[in-house]
Amino acid sequence: MATLTPTVDAATPAHHAPSGVWSWLTTTDHKRIGLLYGVSALLFFLVGGVEALLIRLQLAAPDGTVLSADAYNQMFTMHATTMVFLVIMPAAAAFTNYFLPILIGARDVAFPRLNALSYWIYIFGGLFLTISFFVGGAPDGGWFGYAPLSTQVPELVRMDYWALGVQILGLASLLSAVNFITTVFTMRAPGMTMMRMPVFAWMALVVAFLLLFSLPIIAVGLFEVFFDRNLGTLFFDAAAGGRPILWQHLFWLFGHPEVYILILPAMGIVSEVLPVFSRKPLFGRSFVIFSGIAIGFMGFGVWAHHMFVAGLGPVAEATFALTTMFIAVPTGVKIFNWIGTVWGGSVRLKTPMLFSLGFIAMFVIGGLSGVTHSIVPSDTQQHDTYYIVAHFHYVLFGGAVFGLFGGIYYWWPKITGKLLHEGLGKLHFWLMIIGFNLTFAPMHILGLRGMPRRTYRYPDGLGFEFWNFIATVGSFTIAVSILVFLVNAWRTRKRGEVAGNDPWDGRTLEWTTTSPPPEHNFDVVPVVHSEDDFWHRKYSEDEHGNAVPVPGGYEPPKAGQDDPPIHLPSPSYYPILSAFGMFLTVLGLVYVPWGLFLAGAGVVTIVWGLFGWSMEPVTREGH
Amino acid sequence: MIGHSRVRLGDARRHRVVILLVVVALAAIASACSGNDPTNLARVVDGANPQSALDPKGPTAETIDNLFWVVFWIAAAVFFLVQGVLLIAIFRFRQRKGKERAVRQVHGNMRLELVWTIIPVVVLAVIAVPTLSTLFDIRSAPDPSENALEVEVVGHQWWWEFRYPAYGFTTANELHIPVDRPIYLTMTSADVIHSFWVPPLNGKRDVVPGRTSNLTLQADDPGVYVGQCAEFCGLAHADMRIRVFAETPDDFEQWAQDQQQPAVIPETGSAAAGWETFNTICVACHTVDGTPAQVNLAPNLTHLASRTSFAGATIDNTPENLRAWLHDPSALKPMRPDLNMPSQGRIMGMPNFNLTPQQLDDLVALLETFK
Repeated sequence: MATLTPTVDAATPAHHAPSGVWSWLTTTDHKRIGLLYGVSALLFFLVGGVEALLIRLQLAAPDGTVLSADAYNQMFTMHATTMVFLVIMPAAAAFTNYFLPILIGARDVAFPRLNALSYWIYIFGGLFLTISFFVGGAPDGGWFGYAPLSTQVPELVRMDYWALGVQILGLASLLSAVNFITTVFTMRAPGMTMMRMPVFAWMALVVAFLLLFSLPIIAVGLFEVFFDRNLGTLFFDAAAGGRPILWQHLFWLFGHPEVYILILPAMGIVSEVLPVFSRKPLFGRSFVIFSGIAIGFMGFGVWAHHMFVAGLGPVAEATFALTTMFIAVPTGVKIFNWIGTVWGGSVRLKTPMLFSLGFIAMFVIGGLSGVTHSIVPSDTQQHDTYYIVAHFHYVLFGGAVFGLFGGIYYWWPKITGKLLHEGLGKLHFWLMIIGFNLTFAPMHILGLRGMPRRTYRYPDGLGFEFWNFIATVGSFTIAVSILVFLVNAWRTRKRGEVAGNDPWDGRTLEWTTTSPPPEHNFDVVPVVHSEDDFWHRKYSEDEHGNAVPVPGGYEPPKAGQDDPPIHLPSPSYYPILSAFGMFLTVLGLVYVPWGLFLAGAGVVTIVWGLFGWSMEPVTREGH
Repeated sequence: MIGHSRVRLGDARRHRVVILLVVVALAAIASACSGNDPTNLARVVDGANPQSALDPKGPTAETIDNLFWVVFWIAAAVFFLVQGVLLIAIFRFRQRKGKERAVRQVHGNMRLELVWTIIPVVVLAVIAVPTLSTLFDIRSAPDPSENALEVEVVGHQWWWEFRYPAYGFTTANELHIPVDRPIYLTMTSADVIHSFWVPPLNGKRDVVPGRTSNLTLQADDPGVYVGQCAEFCGLAHADMRIRVFAETPDDFEQWAQDQQQPAVIPETGSAAAGWETFNTICVACHTVDGTPAQVNLAPNLTHLASRTSFAGATIDNTPENLRAWLHDPSALKPMRPDLNMPSQGRIMGMPNFNLTPQQLDDLVALLETFK
């Protein structure tokens, strides 16, 4: 462990963070790992976005010829796989990594090297999936990989890339779930009781439990697909007594909790942003937290609504219709409480607030169309049509992506020390929300008029032409909005306004420290006295309950000379080494039997990495 | 002032030109993206949205549609209520420039929160009642008194096989049914999961290998109704379409009797030469009733010439299109017909047999006799 003396003066830190490529490859600092996650997710967002634009170009007019059927099927499979596993999950992991420890007053996560391992497995998993494009074609069986289509054509290794790639991405998430749960349970600052934890930290905790319980299910399913393809195990081969429907149960028993894994972090961000920009505490805070927990539990009880036309009996269908309706209740509670937070506040329409309000407005639409899926008879018409595509984009783009962008604008000044430009931020927001609705609102109509999903072309004469063209115009509007964001981010490097510690008049602990925070987060570990602790140090309430500033404001405590030294995790190259071994292993497994040599080398590398890791001295010489 | 406003006008005009250019460019891209498809749907179907679920043409589709609109209007009411309150909250409590509002630090209101937890429960309970009753209704098999016509459906990559056990014949992609009579489909798949979907007549139902599923169709009026496979089934999923011809009972009986007739092998002319080719190549997969061609891996061709389309109901059935198809099938529909790489012993789709122009002419002449 590296130790460093607490800084006496925050302006002249005694400890300089190491720089250079090697320091990033071996870092165990939760903030750096968070940044790595964030930048990687943004890069993959651009990849997934280009895939989406190609899809929209192909469908802009009847009988499109931009992509072949083969290329189109790869494109929609990889668009979904990329956006789910390589963009939204890691973007949420970026915020969780960076802010969860700070929000609960900790100096790092519980297992810093395990944290690094999670990131490196993720990035190698993303590379592994992406190189498939260049070696005979990317996965083309859908991100849902329905068997026996996904086990068909074993001569093409595309779905092997998918099964193994998603497998190790799942492993990365599983490890970080264990890490975050332990962090929350063991590393909270004095006085930070569970119910005083910020809502974002709570949602991160619920997500970690969802990952912990849902990923093993998909892991089993993915192994079965891989074995069916390569060993002839016949799990899903109907002719040999296998069960194609079994895959669907396994997939959606993971897949539906996964939806909440994607949306709950954004809900947590929105629950932080709304109070700050309304200058009011979150309305019904414990209701919001408990409905998040309720969603976590109920998320495991609704999976078969993805299978209402699969041929389950009407009793099963009725059961899952009712659970699906029921899960709308805690979701609705959250929305009402958010509006209750805004009501009566002093609403500052800064960019993070715009994205959060946009989140609520769009998520309401996605939630309502979600309830219509529980109406099994009408779902038999809507299932596997563009109506569904519209629905989940309202939830995952209008919901998760808007929430995450709100988080980017909200926390950018804390991470970089500079504020993103407000004018460009607002332009980004308005272009994105207009483009988003142009793209996805028409898909409701297309679906109801009979346009199925995952079709690379549609003939003239079905009435699909007009709205498809509008959707394509909308998708390019979104692309322009992303360019505006990139320009804003680039511009802020040099010309951004300096943020200071607390640019938004925040409520939670991250705003008490410097921007960017020092490597050790806090000079003195804060002692927490209430929820929204920082706010209550700045404001008290008068006899009407109105907020009045505390005279003199707030000064962060300075460390004294006799405070104990701060322990920080040492850098380690064993995580990236082990993750690289995993990459070699899965790459080798794709090309069985000859690839087994490579896989063997990979296993040796993993063992080497983990052995070195466990033997690594706790305190190294020279540190 | 004047000069100032002129500059602005110029700006506005420039903006308009830019917008116009963007729209023109997108339209140009869109038309450039558009290829030629030998399908002419307007020849067989009416209406601007012939595949729409919102334009039901049979009793089950009608029931579903009615339920949809009930829920739609409830959802619309909730939508306007929630978005309205959100907008009011934003505008009413917006911070004005330079004026800091006094904000009462309200932490919640237990009574209010209970109310807005219970109201959705009540609304959902109201929706649940018709949902469940309709669900059990549409999932039940037709009553024996309704004299349902049974049809067996087999999904293949990427075409549909329809067997009429009561009449003893098999056809492909085009389903003929009598009006005002329930059609009870018993469905299975030969390869991967498909989903049978003709929106104007009923919702969809998956077609799963190794098991059977059922769906009841019924049409109110004679006409042609279109649908397609709704579960992603691989390369040519988009080109696995369905045409349903609803006919009066008399017309249907006539059609069924025609379909029961076996084919006759032509003895003279080009068609006879075509049979020589057929008997060496096509028999490996296709059945033609009344001839030695009896393998059931590909569509039954006994009455191919009586159909309006072929290749998964995606191509108009004309001699020119048939010739183009036989010349290079994968140019008209993406498939995996690589004879050198059969997957698990199967080739997926119609291969290119490099037929000579003479063979092509003869085969088309033969197929035109399969009326």
